[in-house]
Amino acid sequence: MTGSAAQRPATDAPTPITRRWALASDVTLIEPVVETIVALCTGAGFSARHCHLNVPVAITEALANAMLRGNRGDRSRSVQVRVELDTQSLRVEVTDEGGGFDLSGLQQSPAEADWFEREDGRGVFLMRTLMDRVESAGPDADSGHCIRLILHRTS
Amino acid sequence: MSFILDRNEDVLLVDVEGQLVVTNRQEFKQAVLDAVEQGARTVVVDFTRSGYIDSSGLGALVSLSKRVRDAGGDLRLAGLNEDLRTLFELTRLDQLFPLYPTRADALAAR
Repeated sequence: MTGSAAQRPATDAPTPITRRWALASDVTLIEPVVETIVALCTGAGFSARHCHLNVPVAITEALANAMLRGNRGDRSRSVQVRVELDTQSLRVEVTDEGGGFDLSGLQQSPAEADWFEREDGRGVFLMRTLMDRVESAGPDADSGHCIRLILHRTS
Repeated sequence: MSFILDRNEDVLLVDVEGQLVVTNRQEFKQAVLDAVEQGARTVVVDFTRSGYIDSSGLGALVSLSKRVRDAGGDLRLAGLNEDLRTLFELTRLDQLFPLYPTRADALAAR
């Protein structure tokens, strides 16, 4: 697992904070990354609700999906995480090595007949509900399949 | 995450500390199922000391709710803070689980 942080220059315009991780597909690696991102959001002035609910849950979902669905739980496959944070918004990109899926075609909703019965199938719903934007890109040979989550500080 | 099980006849109290998420939901689920297998029928899960729950944790609770009902019992949740309550409301799962302010309220309910 690696990470880096950009240094803020001595100017009036704040520079976004950037962090990156390269994770093996091991779900035990998720929580420390989530905690770091939450700490960054707290420092950037995101609300308590964002820091206690929206950010940790949505990012946990994205990382777990990438590891278990995208990379099929294969620990030899990696998940790349890129975070960009400024005073206005949080942007998280999670890239796996899988073949991807059509996010727009994956509609999960409490209106579904088995919503109150099934054990799985609420992760995308939670990401969409807790984040302002959820986008998918790829897959392609260079960058795999990417999920991008965006949360505005004032939302 | 850790959890403490306290069994008293057919009542099982589960005290959750930390996050109920993808890494630990299976262990949590199995512990409750084992207790139900041994006769627990009223299951109260206390989230007073817990953090967030992801979809895996919610799924484990949904699955447990059905299994406990099939055994003739019921699963009650207690001690949810405002953020957790919001999570259950957003997912409409507040319609599936009886939610109580405290474990005492959950234990006293009929």
